[in-house]
Amino acid sequence: MSNMTTQHNDSLLRFMTCGSVDDGKSTLIGRLLFDTKTILADTLTQMTRTSEKRGLTAVDLSLLTDGLQAEREQGITIDVAYRYFSTGTRKYIIADAPGHEQYTRNMVTAASTANLAIILIDARRGVLTQTRRHSYLAHLVGIPHIVVAVNKMDLVNYDQAIYDKICADYLAFANEIGLAQSKVAAGHDISFIPMSALNGDMLVDRLDNMPWYTGNTMIEILEATPPAHSEHAEPFRFPVQFVCRPHASDNHDLHDFRGFMGRIESGEITVGDAVTVLPNGYQSKVKAIQLGDEQLQSATTEQSVTLLLEDEIDTSRGDMIVKTAEANEPVKQIDAFVCWLSETPMSTARTYVIRHTTRESKAKVSAIHYKVDVNTLEEQASVDLKMNDIARITFKLAQPLMIDSYSINRATGAFIVIDESTNNTVGAGMIV
Amino acid sequence: MTTTKQPLSHLDWLESEAIYILREVAGQCSNPVLLFSGGKDSLCILRLAEKAFRPGRFPFPLMHIDTGHNYKEVIDFRDQRAAELGERLIVRSVEDSMKRGTVVLKAADESRNKHQSVTLLEAIEEFGFDCCIGGARRDEEKARAKERIMSFRDEFGQWDPKNQRPELWSLYNARSHKGENIRAFPISNWTEMDVWQYIERENLELPSIYFAHQRDVAIRSGSIVPVNVPLVSGEIANPAKAGEEIINMQVRFRTVGDISCTAPVISDADTVSKIVLETATSTITERGATRLDDQTSDASMEQRKKEGYF
Repeated sequence: MSNMTTQHNDSLLRFMTCGSVDDGKSTLIGRLLFDTKTILADTLTQMTRTSEKRGLTAVDLSLLTDGLQAEREQGITIDVAYRYFSTGTRKYIIADAPGHEQYTRNMVTAASTANLAIILIDARRGVLTQTRRHSYLAHLVGIPHIVVAVNKMDLVNYDQAIYDKICADYLAFANEIGLAQSKVAAGHDISFIPMSALNGDMLVDRLDNMPWYTGNTMIEILEATPPAHSEHAEPFRFPVQFVCRPHASDNHDLHDFRGFMGRIESGEITVGDAVTVLPNGYQSKVKAIQLGDEQLQSATTEQSVTLLLEDEIDTSRGDMIVKTAEANEPVKQIDAFVCWLSETPMSTARTYVIRHTTRESKAKVSAIHYKVDVNTLEEQASVDLKMNDIARITFKLAQPLMIDSYSINRATGAFIVIDESTNNTVGAGMIV
Repeated sequence: MTTTKQPLSHLDWLESEAIYILREVAGQCSNPVLLFSGGKDSLCILRLAEKAFRPGRFPFPLMHIDTGHNYKEVIDFRDQRAAELGERLIVRSVEDSMKRGTVVLKAADESRNKHQSVTLLEAIEEFGFDCCIGGARRDEEKARAKERIMSFRDEFGQWDPKNQRPELWSLYNARSHKGENIRAFPISNWTEMDVWQYIERENLELPSIYFAHQRDVAIRSGSIVPVNVPLVSGEIANPAKAGEEIINMQVRFRTVGDISCTAPVISDADTVSKIVLETATSTITERGATRLDDQTSDASMEQRKKEGYF
């Protein structure tokens, strides 16, 4: 914590925690924040006061993550909450999602931005149905790094045999659902760790209750995990968000300025690269790359920049700039896994709006292939889709979309479904 | 296929995300507005908006909801910054709402902070704004930890925590029907430390009261309270009470807002880098130290948000 002012070059990792209150999830997060000194005195005082009011003898670290009044009254967490901490070398964003079955949609939401998932297992109970559900969802939403945390080791006398058995059980099941196979796919991995969130064993401090475990502590695992997009070369994808045409400006030099603004969702771009603007297929070359006043020679994934092209091309929001050599074919039909998020079931008779990158299209369901039971992972025939259901669906599109498979590119493989009558986001899709 | 790409630093990542969110607002909303108070968070957003939209003009005006009880240094700075940027600044005041009778104070010295909500909703209706961009951060307060980047408000400006749109990937849904409103928070994922590091890196100018200065204060129920504060109007806010001891102290503000509810902290940090260091070693949260209005109860922020507070 000593040289905060020199930390401008820290990297950032987003991760999620899967588990229920019973698994000690809130305690885990509370402990991470507490041991990295993120909880400050006044928050602690407030937590102490609330703990006392509830008749508890020790400060309940889980209070830190119980956000809203409504939830505190019910004693449950009903929505995704975001927490922050920094270790001095890395900034972390935690997506904290409730683990119960009826909150599948919250888990999918939290997973959508995570690059690592901590799956909590109660050492006394071992691999449960919910462990399978959490693992399947983390896998479906494409989280590359899975940490299986066997918690509450203090309640089983820190017994290595119990830990080893749970790890073996988990791996057997992971093989079944293809999770371990994806371990073969570069950049995907599963690691295991025994811990006690309550005592703090193997989180930030190793402590000395489990000398038989010589692997990394939780914080060491988090520190060593590669950030998103850093592990493979990816094709260049640049969805246009906004076109800057300051032709009415007092500055005459700007009369012909036409900047395509957006964020690089994947890949890299360099001045001079040959590009194609989709879906129209116009070709040009990158004349300049700007970030504010800065002129860049090249730019990389997750940077928000402005691209200037050599030729005057009619381009607007929703178009996608790609490298000519890596162009993808626009499609008018997509096959995807969809998680339904709305209390109003999906209707095959209705027209929805699909938002994919910065582009929208009207869409209709042309087939529901099957529904996945998130507990047994069985595929079942289905004619409808209710909240928290996951199904494989084919949509017909009014407008072409420039897609990649979600397993290859999470940014260009993802979409949301919008109900135009309420404008609500009602579905989340991952393109097969 | 494996490469050793250098990932973005956390500040570059946060900056890029915020630029992306600002551009989504511009791309999705037809009549957005950027709420600008002259405070440090909104000054960061102005720099982000420059990076997002220059050499073009901002695709939205700036607007400040003035309680009439703001620090003169901040109001002067607000006007100066808007002029330098050459962007349009709209100011709507709680005092006008009081004249209209839509804000009624129970006592003359009551905090006007919560009444900003009324004036804000009136301004939204007057201009027909469909989106307000604000500088709220999720780390500020418990009730904000579940706030969306694009937060939906109904016709009464109400935030219903149980009826928020799921927000996945960076596919933000800023659609609204007429009369409804989106609040967009580009620096949701920033912490107080990130804000100060960004101010340092970007060399952003700030109102003078963020830095250590001498000020007359009194101690009221354990909090440092600024007294006899001169206002833009020439009046004096927070007059010292009869018999109260006035102390001249070296202080700075960690947050800046309505005088009635923003308290300073004792500090000798007179440069941004000293503030960054002080923030790193602070043992008290930003709001805990300085926002008198949040201390009423554990749920007070949630309550105000439901009523339409920013």
